[in-house]
Amino acid sequence: MNARGILLIILFVAVIVALTPVLGGYMARLYEGRMNWLGPVERRIYRLCGIDPAREQHWTGYAMALLAFHMLGALVLYGLMRLQAHLPFNPAHHVAVAPALAFNTAISFATNTDWQNYGGESTLGNLVQMAGLTVQNFLSAATGIAVAAAVIRGFSRRSARTIGNFYVDLTRSVLYLLLPLCLAGALVLVWQGVPQTLAASATATTLEGARQVIALGPVASQTIIEHLGTNGGGFFNANAAHPFENPTWLLNFLYMVAIVAIGAGLTNTFGRMVGDTRQGWALLAAMGVLLVAGAFACYWAEAQGNPALHGLANMEGKEARFGIAASTLFSTVTTATSCGSVNAMLDSFLPLAGMVPLVNILLGEVVIGGVGSGLYGMLVFVLITVFIAGLMVGRTPEYLGKKIEAREIKLAVIAILVVPAAVLGLGAVAIVTGAGQAGIAAPGPHGLTELLYAFASAANNNGSAFAGLNGNTPFYNVTLAVAMVFGRFFTAIPVLAIAGSVAAKKMVPPSAGTFPTHSWLFVVLLVGIVLVVGGLTYFPVLALGPVVEHLALSAGTLF
Amino acid sequence: MLKELRPALSLLAVMTVLTGLAYPLAVTGLAQALFPRQADGSLIERGGHVVGSALIGQSFTRPQYFWSRPSATTPPYNAAASGGSNLAPSAKALVNAVKSREKMLMAADPDAEGPPPADLVMSSASGLDPDISPAAAEWQVARVAAARRIPPRTLRRLVAAHTTGRFLGVLGPRVVNVLKLNLALDARWPMR
Repeated sequence: MNARGILLIILFVAVIVALTPVLGGYMARLYEGRMNWLGPVERRIYRLCGIDPAREQHWTGYAMALLAFHMLGALVLYGLMRLQAHLPFNPAHHVAVAPALAFNTAISFATNTDWQNYGGESTLGNLVQMAGLTVQNFLSAATGIAVAAAVIRGFSRRSARTIGNFYVDLTRSVLYLLLPLCLAGALVLVWQGVPQTLAASATATTLEGARQVIALGPVASQTIIEHLGTNGGGFFNANAAHPFENPTWLLNFLYMVAIVAIGAGLTNTFGRMVGDTRQGWALLAAMGVLLVAGAFACYWAEAQGNPALHGLANMEGKEARFGIAASTLFSTVTTATSCGSVNAMLDSFLPLAGMVPLVNILLGEVVIGGVGSGLYGMLVFVLITVFIAGLMVGRTPEYLGKKIEAREIKLAVIAILVVPAAVLGLGAVAIVTGAGQAGIAAPGPHGLTELLYAFASAANNNGSAFAGLNGNTPFYNVTLAVAMVFGRFFTAIPVLAIAGSVAAKKMVPPSAGTFPTHSWLFVVLLVGIVLVVGGLTYFPVLALGPVVEHLALSAGTLF
Repeated sequence: MLKELRPALSLLAVMTVLTGLAYPLAVTGLAQALFPRQADGSLIERGGHVVGSALIGQSFTRPQYFWSRPSATTPPYNAAASGGSNLAPSAKALVNAVKSREKMLMAADPDAEGPPPADLVMSSASGLDPDISPAAAEWQVARVAAARRIPPRTLRRLVAAHTTGRFLGVLGPRVVNVLKLNLALDARWPMR
């Protein structure tokens, strides 16, 4: 660790804190319907699609619309991949993507996971990259934000039957938030060196006379939404480590800001819409504590160097222009949020440093989290926290003036339990079956870590990987896709049900016995609950994976 | 469910046109107009031929050139199939690879001081890293200077001129772009 690396973390936190109220205020105006500078375009889209923007939906209608929209989206993406050989914009003449891989990729992008079992430049044509992946990058991000907006309305309304209109929230997220930011952002990317062309490749003759085919494409337009929308699926196989996706140190920094900006901003939007910005800052503080702790832990652990090579700096799987500090911060940020793009190969991190991204994901993607999904995931933990605090003093728990009762707690517990069930259940199946074992590349405890990481990443919709695992087999393509669907929809639907339920409640004025949820005491409790739930669930398997590997490596054992 | 399908289907179509065609094509048009060099991949030409991209590394094996980092792609520096080794730090395969690279480099550079720096013996994440650290360049100066028959001091000045500064003078590592440095070598001291 050195002063420059520590300065980088501090600078990053400062930029995020400064941006949060700006974006938060903008999104609050957006989802309260007080913004319409694109009114004519917006109204035209609604007319064209037969959507009545004034008609709000009950939570069940909202959830149905979300499901229908995603099933269709995944279906179209699947079709595009299977038929790409017969479609235009395929200058490199890529053939149809195999069924299991196309299924996995379609689910992966529709659920905002963006797990990469495909090698971008060697598998997918420009039409799939643009009309398939880029579209789902926008839509899955917009959906996450839409659900968050609906949940926020649930807490801010009283005695209400509806929580908004899914199609309107989705359209407004794309039109007012994602598209303008991406248009401007993509040009910054190109300025820094990210290609944006319809050509598939350029051919060079190197100084030593070899022929080098350099894959190109519309990279910038996809890479900006990949980060801003916490998607993470890259244009190239090497993702954001590829010098065309991430050519400079400065752009790497801007990517980290883009990954966190909307998720952090939404905490502020939440605060504004429920009428008390302190509530938003308390959520951000809890997230921030976990994020900064992770960033320092990862940086410290990785800076130790490889003991098997006498402490030689661990540059394996890292790019020279980023170095150790920016590689570990990026990895922490991309896994704390559900982005999952990588600028260094996590599989080659030292065991304890690699455990930080894994733990970030296992905590349920609530440390900032995915755009929207991070906020509503954290709100689920908030309900558990006020419930436990209520039990301690023997009062009915309240949050923001809403009584939290058995129904909400049951739904919250479902949302919290679905993901570990998918991770540990499917992971166990993979460990005991031949098809699962066949994909594990690394011998010893590292192999277990690779496997655990794959299911954790899929079920929490992160999408980053310990890429040594060979996930492109029918077994993993299907099981990982199942994990992604569970993790995305079986958390979003209970959360929408909570939103519908609290929206219908009356506001109870705060009394002397109300536990204030904007205090540091609450932040500490919330962080504690997140850690205890995650820790109790996953400690045994973490002990068998990265912890054992660390101890073995320190003792000089290689695998 | 059926009632939901119409708005879902039509909105999906509208969004596909908007974000999947109009947006990337608009970005392509603007990028090509404003930053044509970067948009096309920062290609470098010499004598009318494309010799590579400023952002994509390439393999160097001759003693007269500075060498790039090890690359895990097949073949090395395959710019059509990027990727890293994904070897664990506890993998025998990694430790053996690093040790054999050290041996190979020290045999090629007998005059270099100490063992080679980490980035010269460990493969990059993309397999296409265009840069090496200033230490990795310095480590190779003796070999390149001897092969080109130029004084090491002059060569060091060229390396220094091709070493990037830190961001705002403080943040981020300093690096040397290998292709650009080798092009400058060829321009100044052409190989016979």
